[in-house]
Amino acid sequence: GSCDLLCSQNYPLYIRSVPTENELKFHYTVHTSLDVVDEKISAMGKALVDQRELYLGLLYPTEDYKVYGYVTNSKVKFVMVVDSSNTALRDNEIRSMFRKLHNSYTDIMCNPFYNPGDRIHSRAFDTMVNSMMMQVC
Amino acid sequence: MPTLNIMELCGATRLGYFGRSQFYIALKLVAVAQSGLPLRVESLNTVKDLPLPRFVVSKNEQESRHTALYSSDAENPASYSGVIPPPPPGRIQGKKGSVSHDAVQQRTSTDQQESTSPIVSPQQSPPTSPHTWRKHNRHPSGGNNERPLAGPGPFWAPFSEVQPGSSTSSDPIWSGHSPPPHQENWVSFADTPPTSALLAMHPASVQDQTTVRTVASATTANEIRRQSSSYDDPWKITDEQRQYYVNQFKTIQPDLNGFIPGSAAKEFFTKSKLPILELSHIWELSDFDKDGALTLDEFCAAFHLVVARKNGYDLPEKLPESLMPKLIDLEDSTEVGEQTGEVGYSGSPAEAPPSKSPSMPSLNQTWPELNQSSEQWETFSERSSSSQTLTQFDSNIAPADPDTAIVHPVPIRMTPSKIHMQEMELKRTGSDHANPTSPLLVKPSDLPEENKMGSSVKFTSGNTVNGYSSSDSYTSDPEQIGNAVTRQRSHSGTSPDNTAPPPPPPRPHASHSRSSSLDMNRSFSVTPGQQQSGVVAYPPAVPPRPQPSQGTGPHVHRSVDADGLIAHTSTSPQQIPEQPNFADFSQFEAFAVSGVNKEEEDEIETHPEVLQVEKPSDSASSLRVAKADGRVEDKVPANVPSSAAKGTTPLAPPPKPIRRRLKSEDELRPEAEEHTQKTGVIAAVLASQPSIPRSVGKDKKAIQASIRRNKETNTVLARLNSELQQQLKDVLEERISLEVQLEQLRPFSHL
Repeated sequence: GSCDLLCSQNYPLYIRSVPTENELKFHYTVHTSLDVVDEKISAMGKALVDQRELYLGLLYPTEDYKVYGYVTNSKVKFVMVVDSSNTALRDNEIRSMFRKLHNSYTDIMCNPFYNPGDRIHSRAFDTMVNSMMMQVC
Repeated sequence: MPTLNIMELCGATRLGYFGRSQFYIALKLVAVAQSGLPLRVESLNTVKDLPLPRFVVSKNEQESRHTALYSSDAENPASYSGVIPPPPPGRIQGKKGSVSHDAVQQRTSTDQQESTSPIVSPQQSPPTSPHTWRKHNRHPSGGNNERPLAGPGPFWAPFSEVQPGSSTSSDPIWSGHSPPPHQENWVSFADTPPTSALLAMHPASVQDQTTVRTVASATTANEIRRQSSSYDDPWKITDEQRQYYVNQFKTIQPDLNGFIPGSAAKEFFTKSKLPILELSHIWELSDFDKDGALTLDEFCAAFHLVVARKNGYDLPEKLPESLMPKLIDLEDSTEVGEQTGEVGYSGSPAEAPPSKSPSMPSLNQTWPELNQSSEQWETFSERSSSSQTLTQFDSNIAPADPDTAIVHPVPIRMTPSKIHMQEMELKRTGSDHANPTSPLLVKPSDLPEENKMGSSVKFTSGNTVNGYSSSDSYTSDPEQIGNAVTRQRSHSGTSPDNTAPPPPPPRPHASHSRSSSLDMNRSFSVTPGQQQSGVVAYPPAVPPRPQPSQGTGPHVHRSVDADGLIAHTSTSPQQIPEQPNFADFSQFEAFAVSGVNKEEEDEIETHPEVLQVEKPSDSASSLRVAKADGRVEDKVPANVPSSAAKGTTPLAPPPKPIRRRLKSEDELRPEAEEHTQKTGVIAAVLASQPSIPRSVGKDKKAIQASIRRNKETNTVLARLNSELQQQLKDVLEERISLEVQLEQLRPFSHL
């Protein structure tokens, strides 16, 4: 699986893949899923953006994996790719993972040394993501 | 010179300085040399039991040095004879096989236990480090060039702009090595204090002064460990350090209970010249409440971490417990530094966790600050909102869309209502029906009401509400069910099927579907108490047909057909029914009883019978239905059975078949004239009735209820009418087709 964080201009702020091989494939998958994300965002249109709508849900499934999306109010996108073989993964778990990601991202933002738009090098963030992915993958 | 050889062998000359490994090798070589063995690198590996090298240093000097170093810490164990800074974890080279190395390694392991050696106390180092450095330089052995960590000396430059004199060693020798050996564990070589009190470590080491006798005595080692454990916490902040931090805090934020905003903190710590990445990590560690601002505690923790980092300590992955902001009184400093992780800092500042963190004795003074800061913490959400460091999001929150107001999935009423409207308007135009036919008025008003509601059904809920309100005008408490029925009907128009009235509410037991009129009769003329179920369930009953028994009925309403229509229409607009309407019903019933329908007098008879038996308004409605049916059924025998059914089931059943018929009729698109026919009949019937005795004394609610019922029956009848009309048309078509066939065949016959 892989977990990625992309900024509003759709360039990646953070990408982490657990089985580190196929990383490029995950990069590619994430990039292609951005189209779906953008489509969902634009579909929201004038609707109130509330917590529920931050979670975009399953963006699209492929034969190998499923892609989930989540977008914050500042158009920072989280994309998560999980193996389709991981059938035990429920929607709620995905939601909670995104919430954790969002919280960690907020913590990063609070860091005055972090400039929005920079790649994320935070160790705490890495730790959190690693632990999360370990329990998933 | 043996020393030169040693230096060469250990590689110091190559490197230009004595790294730790070089130093150890040098020591070993010294031992080798002193033991008379040839000085060779191989000897290091081969000789196992090398006695410790002996370094001769005047005790006085050592002691004075030590006392100078450790003066601040009275608890230092006595044997501060020569100390070698603990090798940085992992820095120990593999060459050490001698006892000394063992000792060293013991030390190393001990040191490794304290993975992060104590922070150099900035307070003490500036004054003392130069001192120690000088003393170090005086050490005999092989010219130890090791310098104590340039501690905070250079570090202080950016902060306090105090340049300690010994800033020469701004780049500690150990800088090449990762965590510099700071201090604490001093390994003392056998009897001779190693010259190297080398790293006379700083007073920080004061905290952890343990001297390990390289005699490799386990006891010593134990002693070391014991001593080290007692001072554990490498991350402890000494009082001096803390005072310094506090002073620094004040320069930024005079209020000790206040916050340092992230930007200011960023500037401040950037002066330390640490890489941004590390500063970012330090921030992550120290900003415990993640609010983008630093409280005093957080600031001290951050400062401490910066100092440590400057001195070469690796930043921990997690905030050391001793650096965690404490919310409680930390007087209890006697505890070993192994504090529970959850020490003190609970998310809620208001709590005062009982666990005590020993490592911050100096926090006692900050307890009041903490207390105050707790309030601040409680408000930090507001603070954080004001923090400059918070990213300004592009708020995507779109304004609430007014269009998203809930819109009822309002069904569109099918044409019957439209037809009602149309016919109403038609009638209205030519209406000069002066007849105080409140029933007429009522009836048509029922229709328009239905129409209104029906049409409103097509619009959004707002209109529906209007429909409601209009119907509400006719509501009374007991009639609410009727209202509900009305409403139901109005909303049921999603499909032709739905135009039929709602499921039959509990019908008056002995009554026909024509409940409303009957009820009215009951309420006014018969038994007021029988408001009962008729009120409850007003199925769209067909108005009672003028019954044969009332001979005048048919004639009257026939003649008044057109007028009736007009009257009907004229009365259709929202007109509050008058009480006389009720009475009209009774007379209307009479008409119905009189039986307009000739062909089906029998059935109609049944209706009047029922009517007269009970005189419920329902029967009137059923009569009406019968009447309407009868008229149509003049030509449509098919309807007979249904009407017969109606007749045969005077009681509860009748309404159902009637309803069914109505439903089916609703599906048909009645034509206006047929509709008007039907309604005209009704109107005629109504009109034919003599002036209705006004039951003035009756409850207005009852009146309104009855009005509603009338309207409902009106609607029902209209629907029925349309259905019958349709059937009529069908039959006519069939007839036409048959005639055509006949015509076709006739020529043959003529042939």
